[in-house]
Amino acid sequence: MSRVIRESVLSSGKDNINSEQLKGKLFLALCIAAILFGLLALSALLIYVFRDAVGWLNWQFITSPPSRFASKAGVYPMLIGSSFVIMLVAIFSLPLGVGAAVYLEEYAPKNFFKKIIETNIANLAGVPSIVYGLLGLGFFVSFMDMAHGTILVGALTLTLRILPVVIVSSQEAIRAVPDSQRRASYGLGTTRWQMIRSVVLPESMPGIMTGTILALAGAIGETAPLIMIGAATSIFTAPRGILSSFSAMPLQIFAWSDFPGDDFQHGVTPAAIVVLLVILLAINGAAIYIRHRFSKNRP
Amino acid sequence: MSIDLQKRPFGSLKESGMKGVFLTFAFISIVTTIGIVLVLLVETADFFREVSIKEFVLGFRWSPTIKPTSFGVWPLVSGTLYFTFAVALIALPAGLLAAVFLSEYAGRRLRSAIKPALEILAGIPTVVYGYFALVYITPLLRTLMPGIKTFNVLSASIVVAIMIIPTVASISEDAIRAVPQSLRQAGSGLGVTKFQVTTTIVLPASLSGIISSFILGISRAIGETMAVTIAGGNLARLVNPFKPAEALLKPIQTMTAAMVEIGMSDVTGDSTAYKSLFAVGFTLFLMTLTLNVVSQIIKSRYQEKYQ
Repeated sequence: MSRVIRESVLSSGKDNINSEQLKGKLFLALCIAAILFGLLALSALLIYVFRDAVGWLNWQFITSPPSRFASKAGVYPMLIGSSFVIMLVAIFSLPLGVGAAVYLEEYAPKNFFKKIIETNIANLAGVPSIVYGLLGLGFFVSFMDMAHGTILVGALTLTLRILPVVIVSSQEAIRAVPDSQRRASYGLGTTRWQMIRSVVLPESMPGIMTGTILALAGAIGETAPLIMIGAATSIFTAPRGILSSFSAMPLQIFAWSDFPGDDFQHGVTPAAIVVLLVILLAINGAAIYIRHRFSKNRP
Repeated sequence: MSIDLQKRPFGSLKESGMKGVFLTFAFISIVTTIGIVLVLLVETADFFREVSIKEFVLGFRWSPTIKPTSFGVWPLVSGTLYFTFAVALIALPAGLLAAVFLSEYAGRRLRSAIKPALEILAGIPTVVYGYFALVYITPLLRTLMPGIKTFNVLSASIVVAIMIIPTVASISEDAIRAVPQSLRQAGSGLGVTKFQVTTTIVLPASLSGIISSFILGISRAIGETMAVTIAGGNLARLVNPFKPAEALLKPIQTMTAAMVEIGMSDVTGDSTAYKSLFAVGFTLFLMTLTLNVVSQIIKSRYQEKYQ
């Protein structure tokens, strides 16, 4: 380390200060260009998609089934499908994720077993989502013999997919609860579970909810795992229950993205994307609201 | 911490009951991993009963559903590696430079404006990126390069790079920020420019974190599915390693896109094509797992520790 510094300082002669300053400016320009590349891409994406969606995104679009004819097409069944799946994923993943996090932070001794579980969770977070789709197909559909393409199978698959994220963010929220509060609770004679229920969980709930909601937002955009478990890319009737077959918003966008015809490419598809982005925006907004609402009440 | 002042028979039953429930939940993550490995292994073993390992590993033709069927995985692996290389060429330098800008040059206000925008970039679903590449970027590229095909590697790799830049930038930025201020001040005290401090002190000191962010970014690109399926096309063919630039303007098929194609077709549970899905999935899983583990090892073992 120190050798590197010395060499570089010695080699940067005193006579070419100007060229060094020029290099510095070029480097800064490159850095700014790198940031602008991402930001411009984001702006271009949003501007184009919203511009093209104008005129197509209306009440009829939200309440109609898909159609061969662009003017009659809508996303109603997919909207219901996505909502159903996400609600189920929330119901499954919140208790499982928080429970696992509570175990790791409040019960588990700091030993090899805990380390294995945590390393394993980190690795699961890096598994490509399409592989979770294979897990859903091979385990729930083939092995458990559940009907393929149902809301239940989709929700179970996506739950396994987001569980690592929910666990890690819940762990962080639980870790942020000060130990003094735990000791105060024990001082009142509570048992460990009473302490967790009345101190740790209420205190860490805003953090847990924020992390979970953001993970759910990620799950709404998932496409590949749902294709693998046999969800339809397009469906004409809204699902009635958790054992109905279904399609979801991103699947319909996938189906429409290479539909021939300008009306689909520059009209119907952007309108569906705007619906999906608005849902994501609302969910992220809810997460931010919860974070602010509950952190304000702190002393 | 386990000072139970009162020992109540029902209380302690509930206590150990709750602990057991939470332990079970934590154990689900282990079961998930075992499940993934078992499902992939069992179906892949089944696949190799019908197709020889030699054909899969050394074969140069991938045609799972159209007869005569052939299950050589090389076109898919070469397509994936080629696509990933193109993504890395854009995303890694851009991600690193963005990280340097955020940690070394941007003031606090600018930083707090850019970071959420990058988070939005990372949060947009990959189908949307695929659509963006196919419908907006490819036509734009066509005005510059008339020979470009409707489905091509270039526009798919541009959007996937945009998707991955935030990941690379945020992990690299954490590593760069962990370099203590005293090292920078020592450099400045020797009278060198900020550029020299950054490139000769800060970046070498945070190298392990930067490399682990690179590997993680590459692993994400390999596993990326929808954008490359929509914009990159579905044509399984070998990339000519001697004319790499030529392939940029043409369609390919990655392992993930091939899996989507089989998943969308109506193959049945006992066909060879269905089983090949898991053999390709297993290959993909091994590649990403290796990269993720290497990234973790580099991060934990070679990280410079400053107090």
